[in-house]
Amino acid sequence: MTGIFHRVSPQSLRLIALALALLATILFFSTQIDGYLSPRMFNRVTTSVAVVLPLAVGQAIVIMTRNIDLSVGSILGVVAYLTGQLLAVLPDLHPVLVVTLAMSIGALAGAINGALVAWGRVPAIIVTLGTLALFRSFLVEYSDAKTITTASLPAWLVDLPQANAVTVAGFDLRVTVVLALAACIIVGLSLAHLRWARRFYAVGSNPDAAIMAGINPHRVVFVAFVLSGALAGLSGFLFLAKFGNITVVAGMGFELKSIAAAVVGGVSIMGGTGSMLGVLMGALLVDTIDNSLTRWDLVSEFWREALLGFLIMAAVTMDTVATRSLAKLRAKGGQA
Amino acid sequence: MKALKSWEGGLLVIFLLTLSWNAAFAPEFLTLQNQINLFQLSIEKIIVALVMTLIILNAEIDLSVASVLGLSAAAFGYLINAGYDGGTAIALCLMIGLAAGAVNATLSARFGIPSLVVTLAMLIAFRGLARVLVKDTSLGNFPAWFTDLGQKGLIGPIPLSLILFVLLLALLAVLLHRTGFGRQVVVIGTNADVARFSGLNVVRVKTTLFLLSGLISAMAGLLYTARLGSVRGDSALGFELDIITMVLLGGVSIFGGKGSMVGVFLSILIILNLRNGMALMNITGHIQTGVIGILLIASVLLPNIVNTLRARQART
Repeated sequence: MTGIFHRVSPQSLRLIALALALLATILFFSTQIDGYLSPRMFNRVTTSVAVVLPLAVGQAIVIMTRNIDLSVGSILGVVAYLTGQLLAVLPDLHPVLVVTLAMSIGALAGAINGALVAWGRVPAIIVTLGTLALFRSFLVEYSDAKTITTASLPAWLVDLPQANAVTVAGFDLRVTVVLALAACIIVGLSLAHLRWARRFYAVGSNPDAAIMAGINPHRVVFVAFVLSGALAGLSGFLFLAKFGNITVVAGMGFELKSIAAAVVGGVSIMGGTGSMLGVLMGALLVDTIDNSLTRWDLVSEFWREALLGFLIMAAVTMDTVATRSLAKLRAKGGQA
Repeated sequence: MKALKSWEGGLLVIFLLTLSWNAAFAPEFLTLQNQINLFQLSIEKIIVALVMTLIILNAEIDLSVASVLGLSAAAFGYLINAGYDGGTAIALCLMIGLAAGAVNATLSARFGIPSLVVTLAMLIAFRGLARVLVKDTSLGNFPAWFTDLGQKGLIGPIPLSLILFVLLLALLAVLLHRTGFGRQVVVIGTNADVARFSGLNVVRVKTTLFLLSGLISAMAGLLYTARLGSVRGDSALGFELDIITMVLLGGVSIFGGKGSMVGVFLSILIILNLRNGMALMNITGHIQTGVIGILLIASVLLPNIVNTLRARQART
């Protein structure tokens, strides 16, 4: 009976469980909502995931190193606003340059967090709680309560959310979705194969052992925050493209969404574990539930947030209980 | 001299500086009414901050407090408009707070899921329930005695909420620094494993704290409702960040085990006076928040830098 548990690693089992949960969610809602398995719904979910996914990927890297980044929502807001403002003045800027700029502004904000956490030795929750307020008040003061509107943006950006990268069997994959997926895949492959990226796991699972192995943990933590900031910058760009109208509250509360996606995706808050495939599925699961509940006639739209919170809790609880009983099973199997 | 070097000593100096700055530049600052207003404007936050002090000292965190506060406020609005009398509604709201605390306690203390994760999920869930109750309207029509309690003085010009704050401050300070339970909170916060092996009932202490947090947050929700006279689904949204800032600025270690009620009380005074002083100088709310954000980071960063420099000096 226990044979299968020995062949499949707990990490893979967790991914399988997540995939099953996602499948079950989709199947359930397809019986409840007319025209659920349609290209339109697919687009709705994927373009919404695209904004959150880079944030969640960055958050996951930071959480892996036993830290947390509460400022990502504020960074997203600042980047979306500054990028929008820049494009209003210089509409002919090359799109690649715009994305690079957006990610650089984010990286700069992340560097402030990273330096304070790594070298200032201020706990991440304190630093990012402070910069969450600080970046947001910078935006409020800087913007002077003016908003960025779609009318001031260049046509390519306004059309970007509707632009298709590939179409498979009637299902379109938008360019914005591909961008977010690319970020997730690049980070995922790096974490699996590159020596410098493996250090995030090393520092998170055992900082002392990492130092013994000759790793500079300060530098690793700093890089994690810079990456989180840069990815929040990418999300800021995608947010600008998706919504077009940017007010000072843009991205407020997204830090919670990113943490939810990462945690549901199996990134342990204790550091040292987590996979990008998990984060992708976590983000997909959270956003699928979120988007489906708004369409579900049986429950009022006001139930959406409450159900979402309880579902996240259920996912994490099941994960914890399952992982623990699995560890017990393995221990028993080992003795026999 | 020794007192000045401690965290509380530093806070006291900052507090006196803010106080004299405010008194010098705003003549109306030192009036009794302004002093009461200054507390009233943030009374719900500072009440919850007192319980949050115990939770963080215990090396846990409760991010769901503002949502419980909002849920209690929403429930009160819902119950009154559904025809319940004030007393019953208040009792039910406090029970909702206890139930919310019980959910947090069960999942984190009993199941061992990190409280950061549990209370984050519950932050979303309880806020959602508040929205279910209020929908996208605002609820009012509260009995006059109820809103009077929130808006008028109970003893002279001093309102009920301020009296409750002072009582709770005294009660929790004694509980924390003078009783066995308080010592258990700190010991568990310093090292939960050692505490468990020493025979302390870690689950029971943590459960008590989360129940207390739920109950007090619900009470704060009622005070909030009485003070403002109406409730919306997003009432008290985001309060948790201000509350945690007050506690951390008070010198309570985010890793648990270190901190005092005096420190948190001084930090509350500093934040209230800073905000009030800045408001009197026509500095907007968002800049105020930014200044407090800087203060929060600096409060941990500066001592770190001083310690590093000292260590370097000692070596040479």
